[in-house]
Amino acid sequence: MPNMSKRNEMPVQNPDVRNKNFEEVALGYTEEQAIDEAKRCLGCKNKPCTKGCPVQIDIPSFIQQVAEGNFAEAYKIITESSSLPAVCGRVCPQETQCECKCIRGIKGEPVAIGRLERFVADWHNAQPETPVEKPVLNGHKTAVIGSGPSGLACAGDLAKKGYDVTIFEALHIAGGVLSYGIPEFRLPKTIVQKEIDGLKALGVKIETNTVVGKTVSVDELMKEEGFESVFIGSGAGLPRFMNIKGENLSGVYSANEFLTRINLMKAYKSDSSTPVQTGKKAVIVGGGNVAMDAARCAKRMGADVYIVYRRTENELPARAEEVEHAKEEGIIFKFLTNPVEIKSDENGWVKSIVCQQMELSEPDASGRAKPVPVPDAFFEIETDSVIMSIGTSPNPLIKSTTNGLDTQKWGGIIADENGLTSKEGVYAGGDAVTGAATVILAMGAGKTAAAAMDEYMQNK
Amino acid sequence: MFEIVEKKSLNPTVTLMKINAPKVAKKCEPGQFIILRTDEEGERIPLTVADFDRENGTVTIIFQIVGATTEKLNHMNEGECLHDFVGPLGRATETDGLKKVAVVGGGVGCAIAYPVAKKLHELGVEVHSIVGFRNKDLVILEDEFKKASSKFVLMSDDGSAGEKGLVTDALKKLIESGEKYDRVITIGPLIMMKFVCQLTKQYEIPTVASMNPIMIDGTGMCGGCRLTVGGETKFACVDGPEFDGHLIDFDEAMARGAMYRPFERKAHEDTCNLFSQEVK
Repeated sequence: MPNMSKRNEMPVQNPDVRNKNFEEVALGYTEEQAIDEAKRCLGCKNKPCTKGCPVQIDIPSFIQQVAEGNFAEAYKIITESSSLPAVCGRVCPQETQCECKCIRGIKGEPVAIGRLERFVADWHNAQPETPVEKPVLNGHKTAVIGSGPSGLACAGDLAKKGYDVTIFEALHIAGGVLSYGIPEFRLPKTIVQKEIDGLKALGVKIETNTVVGKTVSVDELMKEEGFESVFIGSGAGLPRFMNIKGENLSGVYSANEFLTRINLMKAYKSDSSTPVQTGKKAVIVGGGNVAMDAARCAKRMGADVYIVYRRTENELPARAEEVEHAKEEGIIFKFLTNPVEIKSDENGWVKSIVCQQMELSEPDASGRAKPVPVPDAFFEIETDSVIMSIGTSPNPLIKSTTNGLDTQKWGGIIADENGLTSKEGVYAGGDAVTGAATVILAMGAGKTAAAAMDEYMQNK
Repeated sequence: MFEIVEKKSLNPTVTLMKINAPKVAKKCEPGQFIILRTDEEGERIPLTVADFDRENGTVTIIFQIVGATTEKLNHMNEGECLHDFVGPLGRATETDGLKKVAVVGGGVGCAIAYPVAKKLHELGVEVHSIVGFRNKDLVILEDEFKKASSKFVLMSDDGSAGEKGLVTDALKKLIESGEKYDRVITIGPLIMMKFVCQLTKQYEIPTVASMNPIMIDGTGMCGGCRLTVGGETKFACVDGPEFDGHLIDFDEAMARGAMYRPFERKAHEDTCNLFSQEVK
């Protein structure tokens, strides 16, 4: 009889061991644990959990199958709605989506939906590969820009419908943020590669080293290369900085650069040709998931790590689980702390970061309590590196080279609920439209756009 | 894969390669750059386009052997392929409305200065080229510059080629003798560009400097290539690589450029040792 108030814990690497390696932190359920956890599901008729899922996975149905040990059937149900279950089972903020709607959560802990999704996807990936039947081509050609979560999802759905799909990727390998951003210990790159190989097996072509807006434009793809429609999933864009003194000193990184060096270029391996210099002490500025990733990477590179955040723990935008993991690994949080200057040594390297004490006042427009500086309350933290993780602003490359593509004042591409932009045949989704958000929302946007693109090309 | 169709040693430390990259060749313009990786595990390095042939689909790169990757690149031969080659990146040199321009190049920077001089010359702009090298053995592209310039001044630190002195000495002389330039375009070591810009500021001649900072993606994602221009943070990869030379914080750029020097030196030595072991 499963424990109805408490969920099954998922085995994890010991914090003191894992904060020195880049192997995956969470180890996943065993079959017994998964079945036991699945039996906690009440199978609610009105499926509140599904309503909380951005792509409306039929959660009670797949969990029912897990409870009965029918893992293949469970996988089938999940993939009717999701393109990347092994990824989303790991990186989705379930606690604010499906799990927070779970009736079990009222009196005890909600069913561990994310862990079950991950279990089902990993179980599937461990099975011998069954040859994929390539869909019959329907004679329509379509392009996807960017191979992150939205692009992969869009390409997958279109390929399954018989479209001749080409993904254009600026970097030398596919995966977008799944490859360069999210660290190995949270999302092993073999899982990302598996998803990409799956698309290739469906007939999707991936052209790396192609910067749309530079190597080729959207207009050229449509007019000269015969792509009937284009999906833009180019991602969140350029890192933001605080515009404080000393931000361009040696040893100051954007989180994008720091994570790219480590994840994409493998700077954590001793034989990597791309270095990263964390030093003995690193300060990460920001409180989102990216900040947690950067902090936990810096810790694994051997540094003592501080996260400075201008609000309190209650306002941290990062997932609770990421914050918990970071704390367990020995990362020190300095709340109500806002950097005002970065100081250098005589060689132009970071020496310390000067911060001001903050306090919370009334909520601002975002609904979060607004941090205000405490007059004259400054203090200095000595450090060897500073990693700025305070968000991104859209990359203007595609907008500036595509005729008739409208963007918001802040630079995001304007798209309707189906992903259609102001330009006929051109769709967009993911962070390029919403600003930095989650993998699942991007994936959902890619799927929605794929359906709309299908309709558009069929009725053209 | 991107085949090396031609390889030529320009001097003991500088090599020219023509790379088969039709998509890049179709689009690139002087002033833009590419990023390459030699092999599957290689680092991404940016190199400015030295020339291109749209018809044959080739892009010419000229590089100085300074670190592990350029050492590895230099060991590759005609017929071999680069693993990755992406571009064109950055903005092209602005040439609109120019009538008379001084192009000031230093060392391997001349490889980038040359296509700019050539394009201006083809557009009918009067080009004066001033190029500087440490000594006569390091001189590159002399004939090419001569063809693209109505005036050509060669300088060397030791006087073994052309006149003895710095490019700033030559530029100052020309300005003092009454030459009126609407723009100076300078490409070379940061320290040289810094002094060229200081000089032209005195004469209030608009000056553009081509920056070549450390970079990873080259599309605006990482922010590693940032520099301060007129008090604002700019990204060389998307806002540049050319900037108003009178506004660039060169001292900061020099410090950032030196960030990985110890690592780079060691990586270069290790690579050299590896190659010498193979020879044995």
